[in-house]
Amino acid sequence: MAARLRWRKFVSNLMLTMTGVCAFVSVAVLFFILGYLLFNGGTSINWAFFTQLPKPVGEAGGGMANAIVGSAKLLLAASLFGVPIGFLGGVYLAEFSGSAVASVVRYAADLLNGVPSIVIGIFAYSLVVLPFKHFSTLAGAFALGLMMIPITLRSTEEFLNGVPRMLREGAMALGASKWKTIASVIVPAAYRGILTAILLALARVAGETAPLLFTAFGNRFWSQGWGQPTASLPVMIFTYAVSPYEDWHRQAWAAGLVLLGLILIINIVARTILSRGIAVPR
Amino acid sequence: MAGSRSFLSRLRDGDEIARLITLVFAASVVLITILLVYELWINSALPRQKFGLHFFVTQVWDPVMDEYGALPFVYGTLVTSAVALLLAVPLGIGAAIFLAELAPPRVSDALQFFIDLLAAVPSVIYGLLGVFIVVPMMRTVIFPALNKPFGYLPIFKGPSYGVGFFTAGIVLAIMVIPYIISVSREVLLSVPGDQREAALAVGSTRWESTWKVVVPFAKTGIMGSIFLALARALGETMAVTMVIGNTPKIAASLFAPGYSIAAVIANEFTEATGDLYLQSLIALGLVLFLLTFILNGLARLLILVTTQKGSGVSN
Repeated sequence: MAARLRWRKFVSNLMLTMTGVCAFVSVAVLFFILGYLLFNGGTSINWAFFTQLPKPVGEAGGGMANAIVGSAKLLLAASLFGVPIGFLGGVYLAEFSGSAVASVVRYAADLLNGVPSIVIGIFAYSLVVLPFKHFSTLAGAFALGLMMIPITLRSTEEFLNGVPRMLREGAMALGASKWKTIASVIVPAAYRGILTAILLALARVAGETAPLLFTAFGNRFWSQGWGQPTASLPVMIFTYAVSPYEDWHRQAWAAGLVLLGLILIINIVARTILSRGIAVPR
Repeated sequence: MAGSRSFLSRLRDGDEIARLITLVFAASVVLITILLVYELWINSALPRQKFGLHFFVTQVWDPVMDEYGALPFVYGTLVTSAVALLLAVPLGIGAAIFLAELAPPRVSDALQFFIDLLAAVPSVIYGLLGVFIVVPMMRTVIFPALNKPFGYLPIFKGPSYGVGFFTAGIVLAIMVIPYIISVSREVLLSVPGDQREAALAVGSTRWESTWKVVVPFAKTGIMGSIFLALARALGETMAVTMVIGNTPKIAASLFAPGYSIAAVIANEFTEATGDLYLQSLIALGLVLFLLTFILNGLARLLILVTTQKGSGVSN
């Protein structure tokens, strides 16, 4: 009996330790990725990386200035497209809609959220690239903006629903109309949460590569405008990493470090803000 | 009469206008989603007419002869996802059990914070690390270690070029672990405390109460997290494209180079000349869409059922 009990206790401790090891290994992967990128990217990052255009194949040096600007342009245009739709749609869901319409919109948003990014790319290609017969910055921004919609929509709805009812009733009692209540009381009360959620959405699409491959395409020079193809950091990392050139690999590491650093900083800041004060939406 | 007056007054207050404007944006989300399905369907008409269901059982992928079969890509996608789940599920569920059952709340939250960050790492970064770390490691460490003792099994036959199904599976596993952990942890946390206490009260050890009571209670939700991870793995593009070897062949060996649905779209879409070629790629996209659509729906349902079961019991 005692032996059996000892065995059961031994098994219990062993398995519980194993789960700890699993958790430790999973988290360690993050630090491994960070460390490796810092080591490899840190040694290859330099001033030229931020200020110069890519050099022709075979010539060493050069940088990714066009890709950095390209990514910024893509993200700006994507937010201009995705955020209003997501935000106003979220306002409708939280404030105006009946439950039937709301569940249809919610369902569509969840469906859109689950669509593989490469399929989003195909959609943007057939909708924007094909009619204009041109890869373009706008097509890439359209694809990224699409991916921002569901996240913005769902978190706007959740944060608006989280505003205490007393605020709403207080404004109504003062005689404010519904939209005035929403615009001057409810949205301001929830804006911090909504803004951080939009930041998280931005961080997510900032690293997306697949939808850009055949929308924004790529460019070894400065992009000539919104209707022209543009380079972007994620696509550059991809093309440089699978290339056979040592110098390009070096630059892929540098670009990876810049991209990951940016994304992690946004995530850390946004999640810290969210965990203080406001509940994190799921 | 009263109805129209109140409508007018609401209009004057701006409520009706605000409602209509926001409605337009909400409806546009639905329209976009419908349009997406429509475009995928319309733009894959040619291969559907020409090949029909043979598309899925044909191995030939030959742009020169204009013949397209999806089998090698479907095979690659399924095999890499299966390898990924085999590796990720035990690790992910183990970690989730630790976070939900063992770790003090503050430690659990801190670790979950890192897990969330891990989920935010873009797939091209995983691909970058895959190319320069996992691929060489596959050639020098993992392949010899598995090939020597188990080389007689067809799945571990050589040679290994570093890239291949197994490499892609490992990278995918690392990518989906955060999803399994986050969702499973949440589901486990929703299991009512009295379940644990009852198990401990009748003399179970801590592990027995966890494994025989809490985990079975959360079983459906954990299945949901696995489906969610599977949907991610199936649709994952960049990391797989970079390490799978991009060879449209079906091979029994896990070390052989292969191809996946998402990877072939990423690689060949811009080079696809001819309508049938392009539309065959779009048809592959449609397949991917349908697969993830079904899996995501199932996952959501399973997770919902479990978390509601938890709140129902505790009330």
